[in-house]
Amino acid sequence: MTLLSARGIHVHFPARGRRGAVARAVDGVDLDLAPGEILALAGESGCGKTTLARSLLGLIRPNAGTVSYDGVPLKYDAASLKRYRRQVQLVLQDPTGALNPRHTVYEAVAEGLRIHGLTDDEPRRVAEALARAGLRPPERFFLRYPHELSGGQRQRVVIAGALVLEPRVIIADEPVASLDASVRGEILALLLRLRDELGLSALVVTHDLGLAWNIADRLAVMYLGRVVEIGPVAQVLTQPRHPYTQALVSVLPSTLGDGGSRRPIVLTGETPDASRVPEGCRFHPRCPKVTDGTAETAGVAEACRTKELPVLDGVGPAVACHLVDGRLPAAGGQA
Amino acid sequence: MTDGSMTEDNVAHGGAAAGSAPVAAPDGAARHEVTTKAASIAWRRRRAALARFWREYRRHRGGVVGLIILAATAVIALAAPVITDPDGLDVTKATGGVLDPPNREFLLGTDEQGRSVLLLAVWGARISLLVGVTATLLAMVIGTLVGIAAGHFSGWLSAALMRITDWFLVLPRLVLAIALAAVLGPSLLTIIIAIGLTSWPGTARVIRAQTLAVEARPYLERARALGAGHWHQMTRHVLPNVMPLVLASTTLEVASAILSEATLSFLGLGDPSRISWGTMLSRAYGSGAVTAGSWWYLLTPGVAILLVVLSFTLCGRALEAVLNPRLRGR
Amino acid sequence: MLTVRDLRVTYHSGRTAVPAVRGVDLDVAAGQRLGIAGESGCGKSTLASALLRLLPPGTEVSGEILLDGEDVLTMSFGRLRAVRWAGASIVFQGAMHALNPVHRIGRQIAEPLLLHRTVPPARVQARVEELLAQVGLPAWRANSYPHELSGGQRQRVMIAMALACEPRLVIADEATTALDVMIQAQVLELITRLTTERGIALVMISHDLSVLSSTCDRVAVMYAGRIVEEGPAREVFTSPAHPYAAALAAAFPTVGDEASRLRPRGLGGDPPDPAHLPPGCPFQPRCERAVARCASTDVRLRPAGAGRHAACVHVDEEVAA
Repeated sequence: MTLLSARGIHVHFPARGRRGAVARAVDGVDLDLAPGEILALAGESGCGKTTLARSLLGLIRPNAGTVSYDGVPLKYDAASLKRYRRQVQLVLQDPTGALNPRHTVYEAVAEGLRIHGLTDDEPRRVAEALARAGLRPPERFFLRYPHELSGGQRQRVVIAGALVLEPRVIIADEPVASLDASVRGEILALLLRLRDELGLSALVVTHDLGLAWNIADRLAVMYLGRVVEIGPVAQVLTQPRHPYTQALVSVLPSTLGDGGSRRPIVLTGETPDASRVPEGCRFHPRCPKVTDGTAETAGVAEACRTKELPVLDGVGPAVACHLVDGRLPAAGGQA
Repeated sequence: MTDGSMTEDNVAHGGAAAGSAPVAAPDGAARHEVTTKAASIAWRRRRAALARFWREYRRHRGGVVGLIILAATAVIALAAPVITDPDGLDVTKATGGVLDPPNREFLLGTDEQGRSVLLLAVWGARISLLVGVTATLLAMVIGTLVGIAAGHFSGWLSAALMRITDWFLVLPRLVLAIALAAVLGPSLLTIIIAIGLTSWPGTARVIRAQTLAVEARPYLERARALGAGHWHQMTRHVLPNVMPLVLASTTLEVASAILSEATLSFLGLGDPSRISWGTMLSRAYGSGAVTAGSWWYLLTPGVAILLVVLSFTLCGRALEAVLNPRLRGR
Repeated sequence: MLTVRDLRVTYHSGRTAVPAVRGVDLDVAAGQRLGIAGESGCGKSTLASALLRLLPPGTEVSGEILLDGEDVLTMSFGRLRAVRWAGASIVFQGAMHALNPVHRIGRQIAEPLLLHRTVPPARVQARVEELLAQVGLPAWRANSYPHELSGGQRQRVMIAMALACEPRLVIADEATTALDVMIQAQVLELITRLTTERGIALVMISHDLSVLSSTCDRVAVMYAGRIVEEGPAREVFTSPAHPYAAALAAAFPTVGDEASRLRPRGLGGDPPDPAHLPPGCPFQPRCERAVARCASTDVRLRPAGAGRHAACVHVDEEVAA
């Protein structure tokens, strides 16, 4: 049973340069988020994960496809969206930018309450949210300004601002990327604790696979607007099946065995522009399996070049690759 | 301290001890003691911020000079009915000679009807300042509304607003004033409207640019994600961040408005029964003071305009310099 | 090749003295790669700028920085200008902003060549194309403007520029931080290959200890202006001796390691304010292994195994045990 689900999401933007060109930021994605689950959405810049996250929030309206919450499709009129916001909240990447520098911590956290007219017992709710986010005693922080806090504390304020509305889902866009390395663990531990204590679900958008390993249950890897592999974190990261995932995992510094036991697969070139998505499998121009002939030997090279892959289901485990041939046995079968 | 049962007493005491009670919220009458404590703390912070601002402003000597001159002018203008005898303005009660040069009785000489030029200048200050400030206020209000709306909304509304702005931008002030005078009759209101309607586009464009910059910041997105509607976004986030810029540009606008008032009054479009610096110049010109060599009649309003305009400009520049580094930091 | 002895850098802002670097010793041999790990405020960028005397005027610098035997800090300005770029060069973070947007790439790469006259003007064009080829960019890119290139490509241009005058030392200051994982891998591979091929010494500065551990031979971890641990890169990452190094290493969990699965480990507290350092060990307020001694002893680097040093009171006992 899913809490938040997306079906067939397409988001297009007008592309710079040639007239009529369209950047297919999200090009067909199904995604499901269960209650109390942490799903990591990983990929490099340009893969569409940020755009997808914002579509799930209703901040961007997809050109095609539906976002459903608790089984009910999202409607895009102001009232429905406002109601939706109480259920699904956002935590942004840069806590310094995310807080209005002229508002105190109290005002920043209370903002959500005031917008939704939940003004009874406001100080108590604000204090509770701050305490849950790890800022104790909360009163000490009420009148502080963002620039008086450290990066980690600011991010906790942003999280408190999201928690105060008592949502059931938090969508976090690179929640720790702007923070000092040693402080990241704290914020990640906080997200895990919130999941355990409040039953919050979370969709964490990140480029850092280590983060996914650290806190996520499932992982979806995106490339150029599509999900190319999805499944339980342990499986996807230790036994990646899609060549792109394999390459990403291989360039992570690893200490398993000796440092060089897994030769890094460094892809050449860069991710193509979203307005020039390759034909067939969108990864085929850079795919190591195509260049080293494995695809040819397996007889799928032609398919890689010409046949488009189906959209993966929102739960997985699944892989979008002609070589691997898509479906793994459903949950219960061995990987 | 952190359990769910936070009573107001707890918060009040916690606030007294740690000085951190919540900031006054506009609702919830049940939080009175808490509110007062918080309000006093918030007020203290504001005073500290103001003190910081003043310290920074003081460093710009030009701004301080301008402020002094403006303050003096304002005081004189406001106190005119008290410190001078308004009877001196009445033509029938004039006691001086025609176009007398400055002497002990009339420090700046007399006009062509025997009135003290100094007295006229003091009373003229009232009109000039009034018109300048009112017209600017009008321009600022319209400009801010249009600018923020044009920057915040996208699509046809923004495009429409920008086209309207462009239309008013190219409207020639003088021609509009003359046309208005023909319709409404020459009066202060005519001048105020003429100046206001032709000044607001400049402000609107500047504010729109700043609005676009602010809108791109992450905390606006966060506000949207929290469920904020347009009104909330514009008033709680955009306006406070745009106000400093508005203030700085307004000061400069007043200078321009006073000059315009002088011009339009000079051309006879203002209220004929009121003295302003512009009308003084007009009469000086019309009564042949120039050819008669009555420099005091011409120089007095001229220098007065110069001083006030200069002061506003200096203040405006100093304001910009003080507010800009902080603007950039945001 | 590069020897740094007791380097101290103090900024003066207003009336406060901020000691950014408080006594750092380093040794890098030709062809060796040294990583410097640390977070914001630890002094690593100050250290990088100090190596080429690029600090703002009014900054107090003491100690020795020996580049091939010559002390950078006491060089004449003329000699310094010659050394800058031809002796040692820097690859900065955020290449997007380090390139002049109105000049073509080729011209910007040629700039150091022309300034240092390492190559006769007639040969400059050829050398630029050579450099572009070495960093994996096609020769025709010399005619592009920076905004026509992607982030990864711009970083490669920065590397080409850094190598233009064939320096003996390259300092990479967070050179790959803003890049995607795959681009970062490409750029790291490039840097490693080029420095190995030419026997160039490399000093790599980053907050990502995992990246340093896989690219560098040795790594030094900085905290509050001092080095708190140094040793072979792999070892420092897998079995750190200093609690801060352990926290930093834990911030980059190894995929596949069960110990970090669903167990994020972070460090409480805030990074120290260089202007107000606590007495004794600067890490002690945040350290989970702090004892009473830590607040009173000024802890220096002590041996912590073969070729390793760590500045922690617990190290003696462990080595002895």
